[in-house]
Amino acid sequence: MTTPATGVGAPIRRKEDHRFITGKGNYTDDINRPGQTYAVFVRSPHAHAKIRKIDAAAARAMPGVVGILTGADLAADKVGGLICGWMIHNKDGSPMSAGAHPALADGKVRYVGDHVAVVIAESLAEARDAAEKVAVDYEVLPAVVDLASATAKGVGTIHDVAPNNVVFDWHLGDKAATEAAFKKARHITRITLANNRLVPNAMEPRAALGDYDAGEDSFTLYTTSQNPHVARLILSAFIGIAPEHKLRVIAPDVGGGFGSKIYVYAEETVCVWAAKRVGRPVKWVADRTEEFLAVAHGRDHLTHAEMAVDEEGKILAIRVKTRANLGAYLSTFASAVPTYLYAPLLSGQYDIPAIYAEVETVYTNTAPVDAYRGAGRPEATFVVERLVEVAAREMGQDPAKFRLKNFVKKWPHQTPVIMMYDAGDYAGSMRQAQKLADVAGFGKRKRDSARNGKLRGLGYSAYIEACGIAPSSAVGSLGAGVGLWESAEVRVNPTGNVEVLTGSHSHGQGHETTFAQLVAGRLGIPIEQVSIVHGDTDKVQFGMGTYGSRSGAVGMSAIVKALDKVEAKARKVAALCMEAAEGDIDFKDGKFTVKGTDKSMAFGEVALQAYIAHKFTGQQLEPGLKEGAFFDPTNFTFPAGVHICEVEIDPETGVTKIEKWTAVDDFGTVINPMIVEGQVHGGIAQGVGQALHEGTVYDKNGQLLTASFMDYGMPRADDLPSYSLGFNGTAAPSNPLGIKGCGEAGAIAAPPAVINAITDALGHEEIAMPATPQAVWLAVQKMAKSIAAE
Amino acid sequence: MYEFKYHRATSARQAANLLVKADDAKLLAGGHTLLPTMKQRLASPANIIDLGKVAELKGIEIKGKTIVIGAMTTHAEVANSAAVQAHLPGLAALAEGIGDPQVRHKGTIGGSVANNDPSADYPAGLVALGATIVTNKRKIAADDFFQGMFATALGEGEMIVKIIFPIASRFAYAKFPNPASRYALVGVAVARKGASVRVAVTGAGENGVFRWADAEKALGAKFSAKSVEALKASAKGLNGDMHASADYRAHLIGVMAKRAVMAATAK
Amino acid sequence: MATVSMTVNGKAVSGNVEPRTLLVQFLRENLRLTGTHVGCDTSQCGACVVHVDGKAVKSCTLLALSCDGSDVVTIEGLAHDGKLHPMQEAFREHHGLQCGYCTPGMIMSAIDIVNRKGNALDEHTIREELEGNICRCTGYHNIVKAVEAGAAAMGGKAMPMAAE
Repeated sequence: MTTPATGVGAPIRRKEDHRFITGKGNYTDDINRPGQTYAVFVRSPHAHAKIRKIDAAAARAMPGVVGILTGADLAADKVGGLICGWMIHNKDGSPMSAGAHPALADGKVRYVGDHVAVVIAESLAEARDAAEKVAVDYEVLPAVVDLASATAKGVGTIHDVAPNNVVFDWHLGDKAATEAAFKKARHITRITLANNRLVPNAMEPRAALGDYDAGEDSFTLYTTSQNPHVARLILSAFIGIAPEHKLRVIAPDVGGGFGSKIYVYAEETVCVWAAKRVGRPVKWVADRTEEFLAVAHGRDHLTHAEMAVDEEGKILAIRVKTRANLGAYLSTFASAVPTYLYAPLLSGQYDIPAIYAEVETVYTNTAPVDAYRGAGRPEATFVVERLVEVAAREMGQDPAKFRLKNFVKKWPHQTPVIMMYDAGDYAGSMRQAQKLADVAGFGKRKRDSARNGKLRGLGYSAYIEACGIAPSSAVGSLGAGVGLWESAEVRVNPTGNVEVLTGSHSHGQGHETTFAQLVAGRLGIPIEQVSIVHGDTDKVQFGMGTYGSRSGAVGMSAIVKALDKVEAKARKVAALCMEAAEGDIDFKDGKFTVKGTDKSMAFGEVALQAYIAHKFTGQQLEPGLKEGAFFDPTNFTFPAGVHICEVEIDPETGVTKIEKWTAVDDFGTVINPMIVEGQVHGGIAQGVGQALHEGTVYDKNGQLLTASFMDYGMPRADDLPSYSLGFNGTAAPSNPLGIKGCGEAGAIAAPPAVINAITDALGHEEIAMPATPQAVWLAVQKMAKSIAAE
Repeated sequence: MYEFKYHRATSARQAANLLVKADDAKLLAGGHTLLPTMKQRLASPANIIDLGKVAELKGIEIKGKTIVIGAMTTHAEVANSAAVQAHLPGLAALAEGIGDPQVRHKGTIGGSVANNDPSADYPAGLVALGATIVTNKRKIAADDFFQGMFATALGEGEMIVKIIFPIASRFAYAKFPNPASRYALVGVAVARKGASVRVAVTGAGENGVFRWADAEKALGAKFSAKSVEALKASAKGLNGDMHASADYRAHLIGVMAKRAVMAATAK
Repeated sequence: MATVSMTVNGKAVSGNVEPRTLLVQFLRENLRLTGTHVGCDTSQCGACVVHVDGKAVKSCTLLALSCDGSDVVTIEGLAHDGKLHPMQEAFREHHGLQCGYCTPGMIMSAIDIVNRKGNALDEHTIREELEGNICRCTGYHNIVKAVEAGAAAMGGKAMPMAAE
């Protein structure tokens, strides 16, 4: 295959890298404003308590203290609470029970790390010293921590609006059809599983710097955000910091997000508000422990799932009952994750006639839970791919053949749970992956392992996700508070270079390269002449940000639309300049030519003429060359693929080593394969982290036991293998580039692949995530027992 | 970190004097336990005495049938020392397995031994080898030095100057790391010197490092991996936490002992 | 307050600091060398790795005062006259970074690995030697490739290019 040197499809090295590899990145904590102060939050040491009194007198007397603010000050300034932007309704049609979420506690704290007060001082050390002197009198209440028993009688109430701690009780699918299908089943597979709670742990901890300009009566917030415009909208329209035009939100270089930096948090709200209160810029930077305590966590489901299969091994129906933990408060998109980002994916890659899912979400006295890389889709994939694997094993069928038999084979395909899969080749990806993984040679490798006293297993995961989030009218009908289109503006300067303003936000995804690649290829100009501008609400008109693998499919499509307009306008300019009919103008490789003549103008010349405006009159054409566009997709996109994990277990210690990882993915059109592969690598690592290493543990009092890298297992280089990747792209019909998105795939695909491999090695299904050495060692003991019993 | 007063010692004697004179003083060696603890505000010494520039506390030398290692010698220096690699390769390997490369560049043997973290590696090595801890005041046998979690025989104003390791004919240390922190969940050091065999276990015990008598006996009879294979360490008195139950730790003691013996008898 | 003097990236610098000032704070706040990052509180993530007297160390676990008289090199001190260090070049060539936050520490650690282990590094060695550096974005695959290529390039060999 030949790859182009530049433009779409080329593995161009990243434009943004120079600043990162030379230490010139510009992250929020690298920014300092004159007169800056430092904020430290007084956080609740209790999971659940009433605040009787906050006595800040001693703290105020400490050196360097500029101000100490509490919930009462927020209320006095009429600053509203944090919001959840997606309304979910109960089965009976009533709205979900959303408890108030003040940025600083209003008489009650609901998790360890909850924000009680903020201490602002001349230096960070002084703020910390003073924060310790803030005396808070708590009346400790019983903590509701355990997910399974969170709704039991007498456990206590976290929010008055939800007396039994249920946020909502929701369902999707056809219950009657599903029950009928189960009655016809030849075989029913039943599994109970937990999707472990994870802490996103972007390497850059969250940070915020609030600044207030008294002359202009306007605010600036520098913050670690994946979507600065959404942050501004919420801070303005709902929280009431300032009108949108008086609030500038800048998300500069952001050191990873994985979903956790989508949300509007208490800390950034307080920093920007307090900047006016104390009349000085206010900076806050989380340390890692604060990040563990108060960042939005991910996953945390308990699920019972059943699959009905007929005598031929065709899947008839899936029935799922899930309880999802949303933590102490509803974070910005918390309610969407275990509902519309979860249940519509329960059809997997399979043709399943009937599906019914019930989801009950609950409050607990733990950190809020929201989207984390994959968001709902990893949870769905784990359910489906464990069900399929176990069903195949129970029925004595080859798990790959069982999948092949049940795959969707024709597109478009309407699932029973909302989604219309529009393009794919699931069987092709399976076959390609099997070849790449040398599945044929697995038997020999397993015997070799056995000779060395090791257990080897192979696990599949055929995942699908709904990305390119999302058609606005569709999500609106499902309860979203906003549209999920994207905007772009292409500014061609008189000298022919181009600035592209995008509402997408890059925090590692490489937009400065891929977006520039698209523009350079389209306009036939060197990539160095294109710069991508993002992350500043004063520069970019509006945007919905980056999450849900949407920047390519939606963000770049907006750029394509704007480029269409730029080209159309440039053709007009070229026609007027070369005194030709517009229909006779050709544009190719950066050159405008007049059909049948040798007349031509380079793109740069046309740009200059557009601004000089000497060759046409105002009646003929507006001067300038700058166009904007909004793109709203017509459907979700459906990236899908097959991952194959091969593990070797040391039965003596329980250590699982990943020996081989193979992935064949369908991301539709790939703009930059180098960057796409990098996204897959990172996703797999996070998925392997979930499967083997990462688990968030609260004790029964709601104290977070895994509050640092000492106790929370972050995957390191020697925990992971190199990965073997292949692509099997089919173009997405719902956007002009045919892109499906790639950012979340690995994290969605990986956990079931790992667990299916481990259970294959063990010969039984009793292992939960994370499959730590101790858990696997215990499972090996069960294996010995089951063999002995046979 | 709370505020403190900083003193840069230039000699061991000066450091020892300061340690007695200054109120609530702590010695700063590599700092890789003390500083994180202070950053978390779990320790708040009023005075810090930095030993970083005390040259006399650094160095490795062979003295007769012993290796003498200065308290301020870093893990990397022990790991890369030609003398240690030649005479006690298992000790070099132990040092090479502590923390990560950056930690090994700063962390010191004296700091690690004085801190006696229950999941540190060195205590097992010292006890198995029957090392002697030399302080500014006296010599203490490793068996007497480690006195439970973070507790040692060090008295007021006492600081470690050097550690004397008898050269054993066979010595190795096998560690099973905590999957998150990479500290020893269980670490077993095995040493044979003449007819004497000593087996020391770190990471597992509620009271820090301890000797495993059954294994010593079995290995004393025959120094081979097979000798420990049949043994089961008792879970009594072992730590249990979310990473490893006492039972799992007990099991790992057996596995790590076997692997240590295999390493000690290799080649 | 106490005075501390050291050489940073070849330049003599000094400053007045509280004794509790960490080296990373001195670099970031006093010298405004913000390329060195802080990613954890427990000396594990390696985002703060710099070289002190030729060795990679975690600048979040060192007092600035302890480095008095030392020679410190940070990520900002690697490129000379606009020419990138081969390890920097390798990270770009092999897409060994995404968000960039762990990258300065990764590069400083990678150079230290080469200084200690030589120019011919295999995958196993690189993965083990990166134990003290955590990356959340890349899954390490391309970091390993970058370190291998950068190590070879530091030995004077032409930079092996990434497979297309």
